[in-house]
Amino acid sequence: MFRPILGPAFAAALAFSGATAALAAEPIELTIKDHRFQPDRIEVPAGKPFELLVRNADATPEEFDSHDLHREKVIMGNGQAKIRIGALKPGEYAFVGEFHEDTAKGVIVAK
Amino acid sequence: MIAALIIVFREVLEAALIVGIVLAATRGTVGAGRWIAAGIAGGIAGSAVVAAFAGTISGTLDGYGQEIFNAAVLLLAVAMLAWHAVWMAAHGRQLAGEMRSVGEAVRRGGRPLYALALVVGLAVMREGSETVLFLYGLAASDGGFAAALSGGALGLAGGVVVGAGLYLGLLRIPPRHLFGVTNWMVALLAAGMAAQAMSFLAAADLVVLGPELWDSSALLSQDGLAGRVLHTLVGYIDRPTAVQLAAYLATLLFIQLAGRAVAGRQRRALPQAAAAE
Repeated sequence: MFRPILGPAFAAALAFSGATAALAAEPIELTIKDHRFQPDRIEVPAGKPFELLVRNADATPEEFDSHDLHREKVIMGNGQAKIRIGALKPGEYAFVGEFHEDTAKGVIVAK
Repeated sequence: MIAALIIVFREVLEAALIVGIVLAATRGTVGAGRWIAAGIAGGIAGSAVVAAFAGTISGTLDGYGQEIFNAAVLLLAVAMLAWHAVWMAAHGRQLAGEMRSVGEAVRRGGRPLYALALVVGLAVMREGSETVLFLYGLAASDGGFAAALSGGALGLAGGVVVGAGLYLGLLRIPPRHLFGVTNWMVALLAAGMAAQAMSFLAAADLVVLGPELWDSSALLSQDGLAGRVLHTLVGYIDRPTAVQLAAYLATLLFIQLAGRAVAGRQRRALPQAAAAE
């Protein structure tokens, strides 16, 4: 039953798949400490896919959540997670730690 | 405590709305209550298991296990909703000419209730596992235990109230129209989940979402209560991408066409069997 549903979606996806081809070699590192992101402002070149490596230095889980980037991912306490992000248009992309939204805030700036 | 209340409410809300739709869609069906209760219970147990193994799930598949797991859970729910919608389309039409309501057809059994129970279980598991992780983190922090307990309880109650409200609202629909409405709601639920699954597949780099088609966040933000409710019910996304919209429309189209095809075939092949059933 997946096939008829997913067929058109994958076909459409293929049309855009050129965008992920070249991933920047080194992931951009980001740390969560005391429910804050460090750094909380990350500059990336526009038009180039990249990968975030988010380390959670707190003992409790956190959820990286970005509506702007269409990403949500739980990062366990004292754990880490990779988050791949496609080529961005120039602009600002906010993200938060959903479990501590009042302190865990950050922004990715694509230039 | 307020933060805990809000987060738990958000997570419970989505599952509660889905339970509300499923309860309304199965109204009067023998055994439906037991199946749905089993789905909820299974979902709660599943969410504890998923939360316990969250680290392991995340670590698999080159660090993208969590995304693929979420996408798989959503797509399984889409398949179950589609299967149920097609079944209803077939049996609803089959009996339309016999002056029998769809409700009666449904009550006489044969309906794939396990499909809906699984949908409920998967929804509870998905939202529940995040809630468990959040509450665990809160309870483990200094003085957080009371906040986790009270915020969690109030958030749960709030979510259940909204879900119950939806259910009671749906019951006000005259019985002859109820299943028509719930059939559409099930189809839209499936379409929304398919679009959401695309996000997770894109996060795992298995599909590319494509360009954002529009931005209606100023009009109706997906972060607000109304936006969240519509996101769950009809798959509203304030900044949808091309592939999300494609998945959404493909799911609706599939359910419509498959329902028609199956209904047509049954009408031709089984007029006596249907009457004698």
